[in-house]
Amino acid sequence: MGLDIKIPIGLMFAIFGIILTIFGLTTNGDEMYTLSLNTNINLWSGLFMLVFGSIMLLFSNLVIKPKDKK
Amino acid sequence: MESFSLTWIDWTIILIYFIFVLGIGWALKKYMSDATAFLEAGRSLPAWVTGLAFISANLGALEVIGMAASGAKYGMATVHFYWIGAIPAMIFLAIFMMPFYYGSKARSVPEYLKLRFDEKTRGFNAFSFAVMTIFASGISMYALAVLAKVLLPIHFELGPFTEFDLYLVVSAVIVLIYTYLGGLSSAIYNEVLQFFLIVIGFLPLVILGLVHIGGWDGMVEKLALDPATAGFQHSWKNISSSHPMGGVIGIVMGLGFVLSFGYWCTNFLVVQRAMAAGSMSAARKTPLIGAIPKMFIPFLVIIPGVIAIALINMGDELFNIPLKGAGYDYDMVIPMLLKRYLPTGVLGLGLTALLASFMSGMAGNVTAFNTVWTYDIYQSYIVPGKSDNHYLRVGRITTIVGVTVSILTAYVAAMFNNVMDFLQLIFAFINAPLFAAFLLGMFTKRTTGHGAFWGLLSGTLSAAVVHGFTAPVGATSLVKGGWAGTVIREFPSEMAQNFAIAIVAFSVALTATLIISYATKRTKTDAQLKGLVYQLTPKTIDDSKLWFQRPAAMAWIVGIIALILTIIFW
Repeated sequence: MGLDIKIPIGLMFAIFGIILTIFGLTTNGDEMYTLSLNTNINLWSGLFMLVFGSIMLLFSNLVIKPKDKK
Repeated sequence: MESFSLTWIDWTIILIYFIFVLGIGWALKKYMSDATAFLEAGRSLPAWVTGLAFISANLGALEVIGMAASGAKYGMATVHFYWIGAIPAMIFLAIFMMPFYYGSKARSVPEYLKLRFDEKTRGFNAFSFAVMTIFASGISMYALAVLAKVLLPIHFELGPFTEFDLYLVVSAVIVLIYTYLGGLSSAIYNEVLQFFLIVIGFLPLVILGLVHIGGWDGMVEKLALDPATAGFQHSWKNISSSHPMGGVIGIVMGLGFVLSFGYWCTNFLVVQRAMAAGSMSAARKTPLIGAIPKMFIPFLVIIPGVIAIALINMGDELFNIPLKGAGYDYDMVIPMLLKRYLPTGVLGLGLTALLASFMSGMAGNVTAFNTVWTYDIYQSYIVPGKSDNHYLRVGRITTIVGVTVSILTAYVAAMFNNVMDFLQLIFAFINAPLFAAFLLGMFTKRTTGHGAFWGLLSGTLSAAVVHGFTAPVGATSLVKGGWAGTVIREFPSEMAQNFAIAIVAFSVALTATLIISYATKRTKTDAQLKGLVYQLTPKTIDDSKLWFQRPAAMAWIVGIIALILTIIFW
């Protein structure tokens, strides 16, 4: 099948990452974070997903062209 | 109970997830040129993809919720479903059984049975599997809709329909669309995406929970506050014949051997993922690659259950588990933890993870049903000998019919809870002896079709009989056992009873198959059994260059890690 699944996975997590990172930054110190033991869990999860998504994209056919692999 | 307070950001995350799963189906649509592409993913996928799909298809919502519930009820002893249950069976499938499944060119597990034994054995397996998968997906759909109705703050009413129907239909339709468009490949690719989502979505919960209760040592301390939960951190130490999981024999033989080997080695839902791999080497590596994350899934799904109990013991004000009858409603452990720790934002991510686990499980059922229905029932008994295009169309229509029937089943589950218990019981009876037929069929050439078929039937029957004369403590309905009128043996729990029934059913099936096989004539010659039976098949030589990429080496690595984990958490 001609689809490289790393591309949609990378894209989706990168988008989730960006959304949560921005949301985390704008809500830093909000009282809702008492739930998550005063950690800005949105920011941390966002950054983690952004890194994970980027790594997926880096190893995908978008960056490494299929013919270079062989 | 109060529903979750979701904001636009949670809904955005759920919506983006929907767009991606549907998009993957859409992107694969153009490759669906024949029935092989649609129903077998063209046998072309890389091992890491099929490997992650292999465990993701099994990581349905019922598994996630059920394992957390069991973690809260029985503690770390629940890991037996993984380290003694799944892992050895996955290794056995990869090393010993995959060469026959993949090498025989059978398109499904029932088709292997036809090649190895005869038509009636295939028919028995195909029909029971088809009905079972449809009911399984209906039951999990029902469970999800019940949960969604309690948790999500949408209220909807249109004539007789409520938000319950809305959740049920929306989630089913999304699975329908992406499996209809891209067939098995779409289901598998989505399972990989869903796998990562389940892990990343539940991770914050586990980390926050563990930090909150003071890490592992803090957890042990808090568990010790209540004598009933003290020692919950051990997997083996508290096991005895009065333990709810049954004794050592029940766990090792019943769960570890009969039930787990029966499930992982013969259930087409998971085996289909390995059969979609691009080469023999990739097919054999599929269960082994899946086994690596599988070993660590307990930390994601069982530990939350244990954390929940520690929180109850320490009297955390923000956490509670709703009551059900005299005890806790343990199925609510995961939702209540999501609510306890996750603020809006990651809460949407956690809900998406739950939704992803439901969809991966359901798509697994739908695609397995499709293949078995189209090849083993429709092409074999109803309309044989048509063009490939015809079966591609039938496969597509089957997707729609399968999902529709699952939805109807979900309503049956909603109306008659006992009917569902009863059906699950029957399927358990059918499954227990299945591994006996495969084991004898794959490793002895003398086993005949009559032997396998009547062995399966007598094993199933013996399971029903044992069920009739045994019962778990406090059984209130005959569905739980004891229907024969006298209870000869009482078990500490339903689970322990199931393990014992499995052992009996397997032994009866094994003995009956052997006796009948030797009493009947062989119908297949050695030449016909080439590639289907161990002694008649040339040894598979793996072409992987690096030693650690060879299945045998990977199997050792997986086995040793599982052993180390078992010792650490003894």
